Amino acid sequence: MAGISQYMQKRGALISALLADPRHYQIIVLSSLILLGTFHFAFQLPWWHVVACVGSTVGTQAIADKIIGRRFDARSPLISALSLTLLLRTGSVTLSVAAGILAISSKYIVRWRGKHIFNPANFGLVILSLLFTGAWISPGQWGTAPIFALFLLGMGGIVTGKAKRWDVSIALLVSYAALLFGRALWLGDPLTIPVHQLQSGALLIFAFFMISDPKTTPDARLGRVLYAILVATLGFTIQFAFYNAAGIILALILTAPIVPLFDRLFPAGRIHWPNFQISKTGVSHETVQIPAE
Amino acid sequence: MKQFKYLLSSALVAITLTAAPSASAFCGFYVAKADTDLFNQSSKVALVRDGDRTVITMANDYIGDPTEFAMVIPVPTVITKDQVHISDAGLLDHLDAYTAPRLVEYFDDNPCERRYRKEMAMRSSVQMAPMMDSAFEEAENLGVTIEESFSVGEYDILILSAKESDGLQTWLESNGYRVPKKAVKTLGSYIKQDMKFFVAKVNLEEKAKQGGEMLRPIAVAYESPKFMLPIRLGTVNANGDQDLFVYTLTKNGKVETTNYRTQKIPSDKELPIFIKDDFGDFYKDMYKTSANRQGGHGVFMEYAWDMNWCDPCAADPLSDDQLKELGVFWLDEGRNDQPMPMPRSMRPKQMAKNVYVTRLHVRYDAESFPEDLKFKETGDRQNFQGRYILRHAYDGEMDCPEAEKYKQEVNARKETEIKTLANLTGWETKYIRTKMKASGKGELFDLDEPKKRVDWWNKIWPSDED
Repeated sequence: MAGISQYMQKRGALISALLADPRHYQIIVLSSLILLGTFHFAFQLPWWHVVACVGSTVGTQAIADKIIGRRFDARSPLISALSLTLLLRTGSVTLSVAAGILAISSKYIVRWRGKHIFNPANFGLVILSLLFTGAWISPGQWGTAPIFALFLLGMGGIVTGKAKRWDVSIALLVSYAALLFGRALWLGDPLTIPVHQLQSGALLIFAFFMISDPKTTPDARLGRVLYAILVATLGFTIQFAFYNAAGIILALILTAPIVPLFDRLFPAGRIHWPNFQISKTGVSHETVQIPAE
Repeated sequence: MKQFKYLLSSALVAITLTAAPSASAFCGFYVAKADTDLFNQSSKVALVRDGDRTVITMANDYIGDPTEFAMVIPVPTVITKDQVHISDAGLLDHLDAYTAPRLVEYFDDNPCERRYRKEMAMRSSVQMAPMMDSAFEEAENLGVTIEESFSVGEYDILILSAKESDGLQTWLESNGYRVPKKAVKTLGSYIKQDMKFFVAKVNLEEKAKQGGEMLRPIAVAYESPKFMLPIRLGTVNANGDQDLFVYTLTKNGKVETTNYRTQKIPSDKELPIFIKDDFGDFYKDMYKTSANRQGGHGVFMEYAWDMNWCDPCAADPLSDDQLKELGVFWLDEGRNDQPMPMPRSMRPKQMAKNVYVTRLHVRYDAESFPEDLKFKETGDRQNFQGRYILRHAYDGEMDCPEAEKYKQEVNARKETEIKTLANLTGWETKYIRTKMKASGKGELFDLDEPKKRVDWWNKIWPSDED
C-alpha cells in the first residue's frame, strides 16, 4: 500500500511538474482545438498540414538554436505551429511549411534588446495571407456558438492564468467589447449585434493564445494593459473602418514594433520559462520565474 | 400603399437535358423534375466581386400589381444611372440550375456479367428571387437628399442619402412606402454608417411597353471595400425564417461569411431509390435538419466550383456572354495566361475562364442573424457540390453463384441507405420503409433461403450441424 501511495504521489508530482510550465497547458488546449476543429467543425485541415507545419517550426528552431548555440527546446515552436494551423487556412502544404519557417525565423532575426519583436505565429500568419492568395485567415470558421465560446473562455483562463498573462487577454477583450458596445449604442443597433460580434471563436483564440504570449508583450503589467487597449483599438478600426474581418490579427503585427517602447516606459523583469524541475524559490517578481539552471 | 417588402417568394426551375460525352464507364443524363416551391420567402442574389469592385444582381419574382412593388436597399455608395442595368431573369435561373444540389443515379452491373454501367443525374430545383419595394418623389426639408434620380428599364430609381432616420422614414412614408415602425432604428444605423438608399418602383408605362408579367432583375455596379449584403431591413417585419441564396462569382476561390460560420451541406450520401420522386422533399427536410442542428439557422455552402466545368452537370456552365451580363468584368484580362483548369474529359472545350462560383444558402431570422452578412473571398479552390446518390441494384436475371452474395450485399447497402436518409432528414425509418414499399422502387431482394451464416467453427465440426 505504501508503494502505491508513493507511486501516486510521484505521479501527482510529475503531473503538477508538467503543468507548472504554462506551455504544456497551451499545447494541450491548442491540440484539442485542432481536433475539435477538424472533427466537429469540419475544417479543411488535413493531418499532414499539421505535421508539416509542426515539422517546419520545430526544424527551423532546431537549426537556429544550433547556429546560435542555444539549448534546443521544441515546446515554443510547437505552440507556434499549433496556433498557425488553427488560424491560417490554406490548401497548400508548401504554404503551411513556409508559414512555419517564417514564423520561427522571425524570432531569431527580428530582435531588439534580447527580445524578439513579433509573435511568431502572428507574423507567419499575416505575411503568408498578405503575400499569397492561396493562404487566408478565416475569422468566421469557429462560428459563434455561445457554449463553445464559454468553453474557450474557461480553457483560455486556465492557460493564460498559468502564464501570468491573463491581464493582457482580459484587457484586450474588455476594451474590444467596450468599443463594440460603444459602436452599437452610437448606431442605435440592438445589443445582440455586439454580443454576436464578441462570440467569435477567432477573437477568443487570438486573445487567449496569441496576444498572451509573454515573450512579445510588454514586461510590466501596466504596459501590457495599455498595449492591449492599443491593439483592440487598432483592430477595431481596421475591422470597421477598413472592412477587414481579420483586423485584430493585423493590429498585433502592426503594433509589435512599439513593444520595446512600452518596455522602456514601464520597465520590469522579464519572463523566463520554467525548467522541468520547478524551483519553488527565487520567484522575486511576479513576472519573473528564474530558470533552474 | 406600396409595400415595404424586402424579399419575395420562390419559384421552381425547369430543367436542361444534357448529353454528356461518354468517358470511361461514366455516362450521364439529367432529368427535369417538376416541383413545387422548395423554399418559400426566399431571395436570390448574384454577387460578382474582385478587389473593391462589386456587381450585385437581385432577382425578382414579384408577381402582382406593379403599382404595389417598391424596394429599398441600403447601398455603400451613391449610384448613378450608368451603374444600373436591367438584367435577364433567365440568367439567375441558369446560375441557380448550374449550382443546384444534384441527385445522381448509378446502375449496378449484372453481378453475373459485369459489362456496363449507366448513370443518371437529376438536379434539385431550388429557386427563388429577392426584392423589395420602391417609391419616389420630391421634398427634402426632412434631411433627405435625392442624390440621383433616373429610370432604367421598367424601374424608376432614386438614390437617397439622409441625415437622420426619422426624416427618411417620414419621406418614405409620404412617398408611399410603408415602413414598419421598427425599421427606423435600422435605417438610422445605416445612415450613420454612411450608407445610401437605393429605392425603386415600377414605371407603369415602361412596364406596359415591355410587357410580360415578371419584373426583371436589377444589376448594380459599385466600388466599395464593403463586401456585404444588407439583410437587416428584410428581417424587421418578416415573420419567421427567410431563405437567401447568394451566388458569388470571384477570381480566386470560395467565398465565405466572416461574421457567421459557413458550413458545407451534407453531401455524397447514398439514398434509397424512391428519393428520385421525392428529391424536393428530401432536400428541403435535409436542409431543415442540418439547420436545426445549428439552432435552426445558418450559412450553408451548397456549391463551390470552377466555372469552367461541372461533374455531373445540373446545367451547363455559364457562357462568357452570360457571365459578362452578370458583371464579371475581368473575363478578358490575361485570358491566355490562365492555366487550363484540369479535371475530366467531360469539360467543355473552351477557353478557360477565371471565374469561381460559390452558392451559399442562408436561413436566417432577426434574432439569429442580427448583423448584415459580411463576406470574404478565400484562396480555396477545392470544389464542392451537394450531391446525392442513388444506386440501382441490378434487376435483370441473375443466374450464377455470385448472385446470392450480391443480393445480400445490396440488401445490406439498402439498410444503410435507410439509416442515412433517416439521419439526414429526421424522417422515421418506419415512414421511409412505407414510402419505399409504396414506390415499388429499390426494395430489398427476397433472398431464396435466408442463408445461415457459416462461421469458422461450423467448418471444424461440420457433422455436428443440425
